[in-house]
Amino acid sequence: MTQAVLLDIKNLSVGFRGGQDQFVSILRNINLTVHAGETIGIVGESGSGKSSLAFAAMAYFKSGLEAQSGQVVFNGQDLLQENDSAVQKIRGGAIALIPQNSGQALTPTMRIGEQISEVLQLHSRYRPEQFRDRTIALLGQVRLPEPGILIDRYPHELSGGQQQRVAIAMALAGEPELMFLDEPTTGLDVTTQAHILKLLKDICDERKTAMVYVSHDLGAVAQVCKRIVVMYAGQIVLDGSARDVLQSPAHPYPRALLKSITRLSEATIPQALEGRPPMPGIVPAGCAFADRCMAAQDRCRTEQPRLVKLANGQTTRCFYPEEPKLNAARGTTRPAELDPDSFASQSDTLLAIENLSLTYARPSLMDQIMGRPPQGVPTVDDITLGLARGETLGLVGESGSGKSSILKALAGLLPFADGKLIFDGTSLSRRGTEDRDRAHLKMIQLVFQNPDDSLNPRQTIAQILAQPLNLYFDLTTAQVRQRSEELLEEVRLGPRYLERLPSQLSGGEKQRIAIARAFAADPQVVLCDEVTSALDVSVQAAVLELLRNLQRKRGTAFVFVSHDLAVVRALSDRVAVLYQGRLCEIGTSQAVYQAPFHPYTEALVHSVLEPDPDFSPRVLADDIVELGPPAQGCAFQRRCPKHIGEICNTTFPPWQKSRDGHSIRCHHSLAALADGFTDEEQPYA
Amino acid sequence: MREGAGHSAPDSKLLGFWHVMKSMMSRPSGLIGVILVLLHVTIAVISPEIVPYDYKKISNILMLSAPDSSHWLGTDQLGRDVLTRVLMGGRQAIFVTAIATPVAVMWGGFLGIYLGLVGGRKDDVMMRIVDALLSLPWILKMLLLIVTFGTGQTVLIPTLAFFYGIPVIRIARVATHDVVSRDFIQAARARGHSLISIIFVELLPNVRDALLVEGAMRWSWMLLAFSSLSFLGFGATPPNPDWGLMIADARGFLVVAPLAGLAPVFALSTLIIGINLTADALAKTLGVDRARKASPA
Repeated sequence: MTQAVLLDIKNLSVGFRGGQDQFVSILRNINLTVHAGETIGIVGESGSGKSSLAFAAMAYFKSGLEAQSGQVVFNGQDLLQENDSAVQKIRGGAIALIPQNSGQALTPTMRIGEQISEVLQLHSRYRPEQFRDRTIALLGQVRLPEPGILIDRYPHELSGGQQQRVAIAMALAGEPELMFLDEPTTGLDVTTQAHILKLLKDICDERKTAMVYVSHDLGAVAQVCKRIVVMYAGQIVLDGSARDVLQSPAHPYPRALLKSITRLSEATIPQALEGRPPMPGIVPAGCAFADRCMAAQDRCRTEQPRLVKLANGQTTRCFYPEEPKLNAARGTTRPAELDPDSFASQSDTLLAIENLSLTYARPSLMDQIMGRPPQGVPTVDDITLGLARGETLGLVGESGSGKSSILKALAGLLPFADGKLIFDGTSLSRRGTEDRDRAHLKMIQLVFQNPDDSLNPRQTIAQILAQPLNLYFDLTTAQVRQRSEELLEEVRLGPRYLERLPSQLSGGEKQRIAIARAFAADPQVVLCDEVTSALDVSVQAAVLELLRNLQRKRGTAFVFVSHDLAVVRALSDRVAVLYQGRLCEIGTSQAVYQAPFHPYTEALVHSVLEPDPDFSPRVLADDIVELGPPAQGCAFQRRCPKHIGEICNTTFPPWQKSRDGHSIRCHHSLAALADGFTDEEQPYA
Repeated sequence: MREGAGHSAPDSKLLGFWHVMKSMMSRPSGLIGVILVLLHVTIAVISPEIVPYDYKKISNILMLSAPDSSHWLGTDQLGRDVLTRVLMGGRQAIFVTAIATPVAVMWGGFLGIYLGLVGGRKDDVMMRIVDALLSLPWILKMLLLIVTFGTGQTVLIPTLAFFYGIPVIRIARVATHDVVSRDFIQAARARGHSLISIIFVELLPNVRDALLVEGAMRWSWMLLAFSSLSFLGFGATPPNPDWGLMIADARGFLVVAPLAGLAPVFALSTLIIGINLTADALAKTLGVDRARKASPA
């Protein structure tokens, strides 16, 4: 590296003071050098200290945290020694931060232009009368359409992707030499994420700005960064070039992490990384990762490894950096693909959804008087799906696609405007849970996205599991207890968890409890709403594995909703793709993930990131605000890269059935949709 | 930083009674508050046994006498011992409010949770009624009931419990709103639990802390209200010793015998301060944000 050193973090330890004058470290002895123009990714699980490191590198500490030792030298200045006003001059100027959730980082009552002008005023050489032109130029640089109009908009008038672009423009306004990005694409839709990553990459290339990209997502880091630093339990455990770290990491933690990622290219549930990192403040005698490491030796548990530079250029904190030869197999393969025709007959349909339509519009006074349903374009419309016994049906789509709304309607939490819901031959009421009888409620159970929210914080695990058991079954207290213990065994937790509270459990454990609660009712259908997206990558695989094992054992059917195409593929027999509350494509997961594609599916599939330095997503659909589904024509008409013309805007496209048994709703012929994909080029066949 | 983030303090553990007490007493303000409250309650219970004189014994020799070794705080305008009357003066106030406060918190809390859970038109209508009742000055609405039904504990307790339950509705409703949108309530609804079961099993444990703190605050408001009523002549009846009544009686002789009026003022204020300090410490211990949730009486 011939470039000048921009930021030099020396022996930095950060933590908070606990009781009895203890110092609980969040970061321990961090040494990190960032050269001018360098792009570094900092990856690790939640709690690994990666965000704290990024903030500490700006000499910013969340309340309670403080630097215990070390230096943060930026351009020759030790930021930890400077006073606040000196550091604030640098922050937002030469060092910029792009936060995770720009929607919250932007002031809602200020126009975009004013917010950027503030930065210009503080950190640039421009005069006030130049601010407007400069702001428009910046908005253009981050490729926002019509910057002259956008400058007078308020943040809420922009889409999530556009807000993120504004945040990037704000960071660029101070003409930074170094940018910190804190999970900048987490929470964005996949197609938007691909846009933002491409933009960041181009900014790096054009402006030669150094970038520190903090993310849990190895796929995103692989797109932008040349160098990757892996954090674990507040320490750097591996530091090397992106290519080396992603392809042959010299530390067992990133190795296990890479194996635990669901990939679109492989329809398997990956190998889970069990366990959890040590709690902050607990400094193990040996290697912090030893408890979860498959190759751990006795020495790993008694002696702390130090960072060592290897011949291959990687710096690792491991005694045995070579990958052990055993355990070469990756994941467990799925059972043979089901014959697509087996569902064509729908002879064993457990749950049939016919022409389901949902609306969030409130009935107007006129509607109430006339006793008619609310007028207007329904949020979700014309959904016809069948779920066979023991089958997994995946619903994919971006935010606003209506996938969670459909799930809520199935669970009876949302009354639907039109259509039918037939469970095992019985038509379920349109109005929801109050009108369903207990036997039907028992048969359909729901698992939510975020276990922090779906488990009552004031109930012990025993109380939580007793809820469905007492409601649906006539059991004695002892039987409830016994059943709860069995359920805990089934989700591989064990009876010792019974007396704990949800807050004493890790995210993965909490989700297992939520799954156990759903299965306590002995349901025939379990509705899974983004069950893995609130979890760490390393935990996701274990939860997927658990769901599949339970399904095999109990013969339960799943409706599996996710925005993550790779996760859906790993678990689903059939997949339905939704856009703006309308079905685009449905078929076996094998068929849906290969050509012919619906143009929207194609855009989605190509936006998915792989943790591979040679992979780059293809950006097909524009990232614009979709306010609501169009009243007529194809739902995807406004963003479709293959838009034909008038027919797409006026006529609802027909279903077309392909030879491999999957159906696409598009005006293009199947041949045209398959065009451009030769057999060799099938992206994920 | 997704998983595990966003825990508020009370989520992290279920606090037992002794744990809460210990944690409250570890704050200086909490320690003073708890000691003051316990002292007052103890005196109220045991005072008939320890007071040196009969509280209603009148003497025409000792009227408005200065403190001396036999009457530490002097005597009042009827020659009664002030110390005796001050020690016993909190009995009725504490007794009435100790019954009315839990009743107020219970009915107001339950209605508030119910309205927060069902929402919709019922909520709209009820809350407008609550607003209307809260907009009236408290003394006016209480006097209205007392004048109609007469004084005495059988009227006072229900009246206090009724009017002081109304602000509790608001508190409980707001606390419920914070919880009701969370997925575990949705999960209980999806399973088909009854409304009552959702209220008691899922909601109440999460709203309980806010109600406890609110109850402590209501208690101090109610004590003041009772004393004010006594002061005006609608609370305790003579010759019963009561702080409000004593202040009213001694008003005319403050220059001659200041202690006859100041002693009950001191007694009442120490109790109110003690309750307020306790409520504050309780709020901090339980992690209830009182600044946000408190509402005027």
